Amino acid sequence: MDYQELAIESFTTLVLNKVRTGLAMLGVIIGIGSVIALMSLGQSSQQSIENQIKSLGSNLLTVQPGAPNTGGIQGAFGGNTTLTYNDEKAIKSSPKITTVKNVTAEFRKNAQVTAGRNNTNTSVSGITPEYQQVRNISIASGTFINDGHLLGLAKVAVLGSQVAIDLFGEGTNPVGQSIRINKMSFTVIGVTVAKGGSGFQSPDEAVYIPLTTAQKQVFGVDYVSAIYIEAKSEQVMTQAQNEIGYLLLSQHRLTDPTQADFRIMSQEDILGTVNQVTGTFTALLAGIAAISLIVGGIGIMNIMLVTVTERTREIGLRKALGAKKKWIITQFLMEAVIITFIGGLIGVIVGVLVSFIISKLLSLTPVLSIPSILLAFGVSAGTGIIFGWYPAQKASNLAPIEALRYE
Amino acid sequence: MVVETLFELEINNHFLPMIKVSHLSKIYTNADIKTVALDDITFDIKRGEFVAIMGPSGSGKSTLMHILGALDTPTVGEYWLDGEKIADLNEDQLADIRNRKIGFVFQAYNLLPRTTAIKNVMVPMMYGNINKEESFNKAEKYLAMVGLSDRLYHAPNQLSGGQQQRVAIARALSMNPSIILADEPTGNIASSQAAEIMHIFEDLNEQGHTIILITHEMEIAEYTKRIIHIRDGRIKEDKQNGHRKLVKK
Repeated sequence: MDYQELAIESFTTLVLNKVRTGLAMLGVIIGIGSVIALMSLGQSSQQSIENQIKSLGSNLLTVQPGAPNTGGIQGAFGGNTTLTYNDEKAIKSSPKITTVKNVTAEFRKNAQVTAGRNNTNTSVSGITPEYQQVRNISIASGTFINDGHLLGLAKVAVLGSQVAIDLFGEGTNPVGQSIRINKMSFTVIGVTVAKGGSGFQSPDEAVYIPLTTAQKQVFGVDYVSAIYIEAKSEQVMTQAQNEIGYLLLSQHRLTDPTQADFRIMSQEDILGTVNQVTGTFTALLAGIAAISLIVGGIGIMNIMLVTVTERTREIGLRKALGAKKKWIITQFLMEAVIITFIGGLIGVIVGVLVSFIISKLLSLTPVLSIPSILLAFGVSAGTGIIFGWYPAQKASNLAPIEALRYE
Repeated sequence: MVVETLFELEINNHFLPMIKVSHLSKIYTNADIKTVALDDITFDIKRGEFVAIMGPSGSGKSTLMHILGALDTPTVGEYWLDGEKIADLNEDQLADIRNRKIGFVFQAYNLLPRTTAIKNVMVPMMYGNINKEESFNKAEKYLAMVGLSDRLYHAPNQLSGGQQQRVAIARALSMNPSIILADEPTGNIASSQAAEIMHIFEDLNEQGHTIILITHEMEIAEYTKRIIHIRDGRIKEDKQNGHRKLVKK
């Protein structure tokens, strides 16, 4: 059997029926394109979140208010009110705590920040001076918040690099200027160095003010959103977690650890939870995309079946001229596979383009995993064979007399 | 002794029938109702004959053609074509017989649409595993033989009915078959062109091709050398055609 000749014939048939071929191909293009685009989107958002969490350092512990067993997902900041500034002070001063290097507390809430005629809605973080060490923040110009500011409820602010640009424009130094947070005037004392990243708690898009000022004057609350602890080393993380856990239990007058109204998470824990979530998310996206691929395959089967009916006479003629069953099956399968192969190829290109565009829009780093592209491509070729098989079989089983008689 | 054996070989080559049909019946059973399409048919066709099988519709001549063309198998009886027994072959073996031994010419031409004349002629050779170059050369030769040298790259819809049928004849010749089986070859063609087609068949017969023509038109059957009349699934008459039309050249 001359496969090359057969491939040329199949290809010619497809070219002669452009509309039909195009429609059949469209299903595959959309299917493969969405598999690749959605997988890439899922993976790049996963990686972006992962990188941000990792950049915070491996010996960081986060204490959040709320029961530890309410599921793995971080609740919204400010959702629970059981953690206070006093808890932070206790961790800092207790003799029982031996493994902690630095502690800081944060109250974070979004607020309207204005400077002159510019304004932005951004995250305002009330923090203690240790925040700079614990969260690894570098100052580009000016200074960070110090103990004096904290004690004096000073109305001073350190701007995240992006906020500084939003409010004062690029190339100007806002230090010494004043901004308004919830209509209260603050003096800018520093600007942070850009860290990159986006979305998930980006330090570039925050305004830092003393915790006391945030609690008492801006937001009027007496709790904190989180306490961050820098352990002395990575090796003492578990010990630190235990020490802090028992201290906070006694602070909150609780005896039973299962009743804890806070949770302590290491970066590993957070990473694990986030990966679980984003993994599910990616799988979900892939599932949706796979459905569209199956729909595409059914589209091919549909069109191939119509083709078989339409070409009954041709099939009968070919059989009369000596085509064996194998030839007819191969010819029709070949057509289906060519459709899915070319459709798959276009789909890959479309998928890659779309994922680049989406990544650009969401300022993520596009992740294109070669295995997922190969998988999608393999699946598309497989789709052609699976969904092309039935029509091809049907064509090859036509009796030549019946087929020739068919008008 | 040696002479005798050679003589016998000669006999085998020249006088063994190209087609031998013996006690052939075809019975269709549909919901317990039996329809006898062919009833105990026996005849021979020798190499180089030009035969018309005639009969009104429903006479069984189409069924006979299907069996002769290896498109169908008989219920009872035997059929030898060029020394091969056809009756009990499976589908793929029949396909092979059709490819190598039978050249079909259909009433409706049955060319592949949107495919050039030369490509159409090359189709059987593709199924016969003949390499492309040889197949192209042969196709060119046969198209020249039917007078279509200047139409090699025309698609069927750019050709007249007569021209399309000539492409079909070239296609039938392409595998150098044992028999050419033409089913109402002039049925769709204007009468002026019909004579042209019949002259091609006459020429092919002169060159030694065995041709079987299925028709219901006496006018067409007159071109042949022998006429077999079929009625109600039986042979009514089988005679040499004495008053056959003379080739006018």
